[in-house]
Amino acid sequence: MKPSPAVDTARTVVLIIFAAAVLLPFASVILSALHPAGSAVGGLALPPQLAFENFATAWEKGRFSQLMGSSLLVALCVVPLTIAFSTLAGFALAVLRPRGSRWISVAFILGLTLPTELVVVALYYNLSAMGLVNTHVGVILAEIALFLPFGVYWMQTHFASLPRELVESARIDGARDLIVLLKILLPISGPALTTIAVLFFMWSWNQFLLIIVLIQDPSRRTAPAGLGYFVGEHSTDVPLLAAASILVTIPIVIVYLVFQRSFVSGITQGAIKG
Amino acid sequence: MPKAGIGTAPGRASARPGRAGRPTARRTIGSAHAFLYLAPAALIYVGFAIWPALHTAGLSLFEWDGILPPVWVGLENYAEVFTKPLLLKSLGNSFVLILFFSVIPIILGLIMAGLLMGYARRGLTFFRVVYFLPQVLPMVVVGITWRWMYSEDGTLNQGLRLIGLDSITRVWLGDFSFALIALGFVGTWCLAGLCMMLFLAGAQHIDTSLYEAAKLDGAGPFRRFLSVTLPGIRGEVTIASVICTIAALTSFDLVYMTTDGGPANQTVIPGLLVYRLAFKDGEIGTAAALAVTLTVLVILVIGAIRRVAKERE
Repeated sequence: MKPSPAVDTARTVVLIIFAAAVLLPFASVILSALHPAGSAVGGLALPPQLAFENFATAWEKGRFSQLMGSSLLVALCVVPLTIAFSTLAGFALAVLRPRGSRWISVAFILGLTLPTELVVVALYYNLSAMGLVNTHVGVILAEIALFLPFGVYWMQTHFASLPRELVESARIDGARDLIVLLKILLPISGPALTTIAVLFFMWSWNQFLLIIVLIQDPSRRTAPAGLGYFVGEHSTDVPLLAAASILVTIPIVIVYLVFQRSFVSGITQGAIKG
Repeated sequence: MPKAGIGTAPGRASARPGRAGRPTARRTIGSAHAFLYLAPAALIYVGFAIWPALHTAGLSLFEWDGILPPVWVGLENYAEVFTKPLLLKSLGNSFVLILFFSVIPIILGLIMAGLLMGYARRGLTFFRVVYFLPQVLPMVVVGITWRWMYSEDGTLNQGLRLIGLDSITRVWLGDFSFALIALGFVGTWCLAGLCMMLFLAGAQHIDTSLYEAAKLDGAGPFRRFLSVTLPGIRGEVTIASVICTIAALTSFDLVYMTTDGGPANQTVIPGLLVYRLAFKDGEIGTAAALAVTLTVLVILVIGAIRRVAKERE
């Protein structure tokens, strides 16, 4: 079904217009970040000279070393722990299948519909009672809990999709459960694990409501939440604000560009943005 | 982590009689052992998601300022949710946002997927990466970007002036009648690419012989899209509506960063009011009741979408 060249060109033009519509706001932000600090930027305008120092100023003034550090710390705890717990639970539910595992699966799937808004109201008081408000530990536990429903569902589906003979033949060879998981199933689970790692990283990096509620101290917040605060303080300095926004975005965009295939397969199979 | 799998595995050798008539000698062994694998996930999930959710539901039956002892008020907070104009308005606004976050992106996504199908592979990757990009950005950044796009001398007004439409320029997010629509459009911008991506992925699983058969029957590209592609990606359309609807109902970050509910509460959404009531106004009971209402709304809408999807099958 090869369309005629004219149709093909028309189609490309439409697609490019759509792409331009998506990219226009980015162009706008990048151009304004390159304007001299404090200057009034209107819409799309080429900067008189390239003011790269905005990034350094924003980094400094926004205390982004601290914020990015918090973001990385939280993500580097949340991602591996959520994957480990999801893998163990998914393995139990798909392969070991103890009594009542169907109900446990349903209980995890129900979690996919819980909005953060519902959890966060009481969570603040629960964590407060445990002395975990204003700490990264509290945020890490909360994020793991919020991402687990998807992780467990994902790993369970993945393990269930692998041929049963793999497990059975390993069992005949006398392998215990943990060996089956570590030596037989995990080595062929690379793509599935990469996908949830990428999704969890994105969700953790972009988390906002949870952070502004659970961490009151602006200097301990993660980058996007800190950016929200930065906006309040420097709302008139557009170039500075644009530079700060770009700083917060760079890590997630890099991850996206490297792993874009994993993003797609993750979201295609029913991911819900956290 | 518990030392799962170390030591003796209980019940491994003794094949338990299969339940429900299925020969499950190997499948149901080591039940207790399996719970060790489930324990870390279950404990954290119950402790930091399920329990707070239930606790919030419990709090919705009290009047509480977070300091003094809570006072039992029964369903009064819910009565407030459904009678206070501001709270009702936030629920209404959510439905407007569903139109912009879900219905329009799905239509645009179908158009874009239709155009992209069968496109040269190189270009395909480029467009996919670009269209999906808004989806991965922090909503805070999206909010800052669009606040600025919509401002007095922002890119949108600049464009309008360029084509001689000076008369309709305005501070879009500060405009009483346009603020909510302007916010909705940001959702469209974010989610259309996601929908397209889902539809393209779904279309890859359609049997190509169906297209050939349709072509032999004389169906043009448009007709083929309607009668082969569209039915083939029904499942993906359902997923897209669920994801986008949840995004519309829980778009706290975007609203908080752009309008904070203004002007004159024209853009309030339930999430924003939950945050305000619970953590600014000290009306935790009302906040909890609104949060529960929002959750019920999410579940009802998802249920409705799934039902419609099933009926069509």
